[in-house]
Amino acid sequence: MASDEVKVIGAWASPFVMRPRIALNLKSVSYEFLQETFGSKSELLLKSNPVHKKIPVLIHADKPVCESNIIVEYVDETWSTSGPSMLPSNPYDRAIARFWAAYIDEKWFPSLKSILQAEGEEEKKAVLAQVEEGTALLEKAFIDCSKGKPFFNGEHVGYLDIAFGCFLGWLRVTELAAGHKVLDEAKTPSLSKWAEQFCNDPAVKPVMPDTATLAEFAKKIFAKPAA
Amino acid sequence: MANKEKDVKLLGFWASPFSRRVEMALKLKGVSYEYLEQDIVDKSALLLELNPVFKKVPVLVHNGKILAESHLILEYIDQTWKSNPILPQDPYEKAMARFWAKFVDEQVGPVCFKSVVKAEKGIEIAIEEAQELITFLEKELTGKDFFGGKTIGFLDLVAGSMIPFCLARSWEGMEIDMIPEEKFPELNRWIRNLNDIEVVSECIPHREKQIEHMMKVVERIKLA
Repeated sequence: MASDEVKVIGAWASPFVMRPRIALNLKSVSYEFLQETFGSKSELLLKSNPVHKKIPVLIHADKPVCESNIIVEYVDETWSTSGPSMLPSNPYDRAIARFWAAYIDEKWFPSLKSILQAEGEEEKKAVLAQVEEGTALLEKAFIDCSKGKPFFNGEHVGYLDIAFGCFLGWLRVTELAAGHKVLDEAKTPSLSKWAEQFCNDPAVKPVMPDTATLAEFAKKIFAKPAA
Repeated sequence: MANKEKDVKLLGFWASPFSRRVEMALKLKGVSYEYLEQDIVDKSALLLELNPVFKKVPVLVHNGKILAESHLILEYIDQTWKSNPILPQDPYEKAMARFWAKFVDEQVGPVCFKSVVKAEKGIEIAIEEAQELITFLEKELTGKDFFGGKTIGFLDLVAGSMIPFCLARSWEGMEIDMIPEEKFPELNRWIRNLNDIEVVSECIPHREKQIEHMMKVVERIKLA
């Protein structure tokens, strides 16, 4: 009989890996964290995610689940009686939460990443403008979704908080490198407040890397020659 | 209880697998809807108003609520109209269906179409890489009539709209035998099974028109 053990294969600096870890913390599910070495992939990772060979992978009772947002929903549905629901119960509100999570992964985060890779001031300015436009959309989405409560999911951290909040560390690193704030009290007052509350949440704090450590790591990986 | 046609509107494009799969889902659930064909090149003011973020079809409007992104729309339809469930109940099975659906749209689609058209490393390698991905799906179908088991489900709608009735038309147009029977017996059997499902066969684009359309897209990609 397969044990009910939960394992997460991941790396401390990956925002995608943070997602299932926060979800498991919210549900008070203990798990073994299997840290991958940067630059190489373990046998277990390759066996558990043969399609993408990427982290995070959740292994529950020996069955692997891949893709960070899919893992979060799996955790929410599997441990549904433990802790508050991570998605709204209303189908439309669920769809909206998923929509913004898709937007964040398909548009917002790629443009954030390209700031660090931008060559020259002109390119950097153009990409920064894109990110700010996106963040303004998310500020509005927050107001619509939260309905006056502290998180996108209402009273408690949920799916969309996790989908967006996992990038806050990298956002801060990028702001430092670019010398320009994207999320601040003036431009995005609601998101600024949300960011602080998110980072202080007990389910998030243990897995959110501090900005200085992340900045050092960023220097290392962006200094490597392109693959 | 009859659904008033005006309550559900779908903005779609006849050749888009993303839009066709939503039609299949609505038909499967017996939901009547008003279909609004869109020009995806010269986009209408309505489309841009309803989906300003992605500016794409499909967009579903239900009682004034606007939804975009086909996977989300399918899940919304499944949760709103309960007959003929699309997603499995079990959380693990659900996660698998979602995983493979994402794989179809994000990997299979681009690698088995655009990458084949561009064939940057030569056509043989492009086909090999495409077939490598399709093999994952072949394995998932082993011993099953459909990805959903005995009846069609979420992954059948996603993969069904994408592979046999969109990608395969482009392979036909390009004269590429991408999924020969001897290499992909399960997939070919699945396609024959799909053709027998009314809800699917009623919602697929006209074969020759789709081939013609895909070949125009091939030309655009080559010129880009």
